[in-house]
Amino acid sequence: MAQDEKRLIEEVTQSEYKYGFVTDIETETAPKGLNEDTVRYISTQKNEPEWLLEHRLKAFRKWKEMEQPNWAHLKIAEIDFQDIIYYAAPKKKKELASLDEVDPELIDTFNKLGISLEEQKRLSNVAVDAVIDSVSVKTTFTDTLAKHGILFCSFSDAVKNYPDLVKKYLGMAVSPSDNFFAALNTAVFSDGSFCYIPKGVRSPMELSTYFRINAANTGQFERTLIIAEEGSYVSYMEGCTAPQRDENQLHAAIVEIIAMKDAEVKYSTVQNWYPGNKEGKGGIYNFVTKRGICKGDHSKISWTQVETGSAITWKYPSCILSGDNSVGEFYSVAVTNNYQQADTGSKMIHLGKNTKSTIISKGISAGHSNNSYRGLVKMTKRATNSRNYSQCDSLLLGDQCGAHTFPYIEGANKSSIIEHEATTSKISEDQLFYCQQRGISQESAVGLIVNGYAKEVLNKLPMEFAVEAQKLLSISLEGSVG
Amino acid sequence: MSKELNSIPVLDSIPQWFDAIVGKEGNAFKGLQNVRTSALEDFNRLGFPNKKMEKWRSTDLKNVLSFDYSMATKDFLMKDILEEVFECEVQELDSYVMNLYKGRFVYKESPLHILDDGVIVGSLSAAFDKYPELVEKHFGKYAKTENNAFNALNTALFLDGLFVYIPKNVKVEKPLQLINAVGTTEDVFVQNRNLIILEENSQLTLIHCDDSYNYKRSFTNSVTEIVLGANASIDHYRLQNINNNSSLKSTVAVEQARDSRLNTNSIILNGGLIRNESFVTLNGEGAHADILGVYLADKNQHIDNQVYVDHAVPHCTSNELFKGILDDYARAVFNGHILVRRDAQETLASQNNANIILTDKAMINTKPFLEIYADDVKCSHGATVGQLDDSALFYIRQRGISEDNARMLLMYAFAAEVTQKIKIDSLRERVEDMVKKRLRGELSICDQCVLQCSNPEKYNFEIDMSKI
Repeated sequence: MAQDEKRLIEEVTQSEYKYGFVTDIETETAPKGLNEDTVRYISTQKNEPEWLLEHRLKAFRKWKEMEQPNWAHLKIAEIDFQDIIYYAAPKKKKELASLDEVDPELIDTFNKLGISLEEQKRLSNVAVDAVIDSVSVKTTFTDTLAKHGILFCSFSDAVKNYPDLVKKYLGMAVSPSDNFFAALNTAVFSDGSFCYIPKGVRSPMELSTYFRINAANTGQFERTLIIAEEGSYVSYMEGCTAPQRDENQLHAAIVEIIAMKDAEVKYSTVQNWYPGNKEGKGGIYNFVTKRGICKGDHSKISWTQVETGSAITWKYPSCILSGDNSVGEFYSVAVTNNYQQADTGSKMIHLGKNTKSTIISKGISAGHSNNSYRGLVKMTKRATNSRNYSQCDSLLLGDQCGAHTFPYIEGANKSSIIEHEATTSKISEDQLFYCQQRGISQESAVGLIVNGYAKEVLNKLPMEFAVEAQKLLSISLEGSVG
Repeated sequence: MSKELNSIPVLDSIPQWFDAIVGKEGNAFKGLQNVRTSALEDFNRLGFPNKKMEKWRSTDLKNVLSFDYSMATKDFLMKDILEEVFECEVQELDSYVMNLYKGRFVYKESPLHILDDGVIVGSLSAAFDKYPELVEKHFGKYAKTENNAFNALNTALFLDGLFVYIPKNVKVEKPLQLINAVGTTEDVFVQNRNLIILEENSQLTLIHCDDSYNYKRSFTNSVTEIVLGANASIDHYRLQNINNNSSLKSTVAVEQARDSRLNTNSIILNGGLIRNESFVTLNGEGAHADILGVYLADKNQHIDNQVYVDHAVPHCTSNELFKGILDDYARAVFNGHILVRRDAQETLASQNNANIILTDKAMINTKPFLEIYADDVKCSHGATVGQLDDSALFYIRQRGISEDNARMLLMYAFAAEVTQKIKIDSLRERVEDMVKKRLRGELSICDQCVLQCSNPEKYNFEIDMSKI
């Protein structure tokens, strides 16, 4: 048994990162380092209006005064913020009129990633905005969506075409001085996705963004802004990969969601950045600020995430429930293996009356990794009759890993109920034995149990992602026995 | 240290106190001079905690440290002081009673008793003189000073406290009661230090009461170190009932050897600002710790419980349960932290914190942390914040019980989960009685003693079944 375990764990730790290829695309990059000139360079490159440059500079000045946070349960090698290229874009040969003119290398990249833009367009009903290194390269289905009045485009296009909307909502959920990485992103963000769902519209298809870091030594700083007007609905998906490199690369993104009265936004992520090799070398530093505001009454924001990649994950998708009767949800599966570290969870800030939130977090740690849940549930005085339920389970596979839970619970009124429960354990020997007894191999049995353990969250994912997520889970963990 | 904290008047007095107690003029505990000096250095480095520190973000000491406290620096042993200060003994409880008054040891005949079976009970300072080796072997080994400012300050400045030594195979049947009282004079700063040593296979019941004599302001910084030898067992009860002007910072550090059992139960009834820190290290296989607590707070009271359980070796079990009821503007903090070290396999640990908030002004911050590095473990934690169950209330009222009484009954039942675990009958009855009184608002610090139990029963808990 012990021998088997060892072999199986080894197998798991040796499973390769299949998205680790580099695409040979000529890129245009900003000079290394960060100063006001870099910020101005990026802004000029993108032909941005004056107010946006000011917004960036304001954030940059705040950032200079801030210190990198160290409260997370993470060991982060010192990041030299001057040794990063803050802007890299695939070199534009000429203006593109249709998909056919997109660099074939690029198309090839996306095909390898399994999100063939062409095929997506034809076969599935998903609109994709693909962001490579910091620039949005192709958005599909724009026309179809436009018929419904939905605006779905790259962030730069949005700045160009809908400056009023961007100006009104940018920074509403995540202010430029919110935290160290948010300030950095606000100063140097290069592109991202923008999505606006008008009043009463139910998006006819799922919207999706695909992020890819390709160039070496670059950081990716994208920005997503989703605005759901009164009574609208959208389901939004985000996926990400990066090539295999020895050095660590920085990814500091911001996602902002604003949900008006009766609106519902469902945001799903499958995060599969390069996690580093099995000695813990390389990999992406993923420092992401995701926050949604339920501004209107009866609005709802739901975050679902499957986190399997990144050397370090620092990410707390949050909901500010300011509208009465609004609902926030957070479903997460975080898998860490080898020397990966994850400190992730959610913040639910209840401001409105009768607000409800649910947090379901499933952590799985293997190898030498550390996986922490860190969350905040806050009921303010005004949030009467509010309700929160949190459940954070951790599964340990192997005796060299760690699983931690750091919930912060703050109650300040007499009519709200907050419940938090968490358990930490290894795969039950009984369950394993039961499966094996019925002729299921140890490896499949573990896969079965882990998948069952994560089911509660996987079920919340849109169809396309659920399949991918399940595959990812099995790649990362199949056969590990604790 | 920030500017703001420099304005704490006590900071100016500390060097003088230190000189008077330990330095050139002082002569207390000669053998400890090095330990005390390095503890003072630790304190000077750390300073008083402030809200920017993660462990103190919900507890603000600014107000309670803004007074110019005074501290006694001589006369460590007191003989025959005011009898009425210590009226708080649990009646009908046959126990040895030890008294501390403002951190000094009060005795009638002798500060140190040596019983027939080798048990030593008495003043820590007297024990230092008489049994230096025994004391120095354990003193300061468990309550760390490097990263805890209050432990450091206590180590540098303590006057006296309780010393207990139970030899191998001795079971002390009678409970030992330690009463630490403050009051009578304004603005007193008290450093109380206790050391409890249980050798292999021994047993002790210790009741530790913190009381205040009247409404005078005080700040008590108490540190207790408990060492449990193999298969030793201790029942440790903390009764905390001080006035609303007083603050209490109480640390209990427990080191457990193989198969030892700790049962600690904190009953926090009243206090301006109370912060309890428990550090339990399970350092021998088969050790078990039960850490329970109940806190009842109203007005502007602030109650903070920090429980740190370190599972250092395999096969240990721990169980934490803290329950609290918060009224008016009261604020409570709970921070549990279970650490399971890399090889501490087959650990079983649970942690629970339940709170009832009665008003929209009261507040609770709870942080039940788990930090786990071993895989073959079962750890769970839970935290709830809520209110009295409406359907339960309805059920009781339906049976002809007034709303007030029904609420009392429910709150009492809520707290009972902790209080009923008290193993000494007379103490349990007394505590349950105090809880009832506390819930009715009758148990504010009575003029002389908190245990004045003469008030007529306003609410009747005994329900006449024949009328239903």
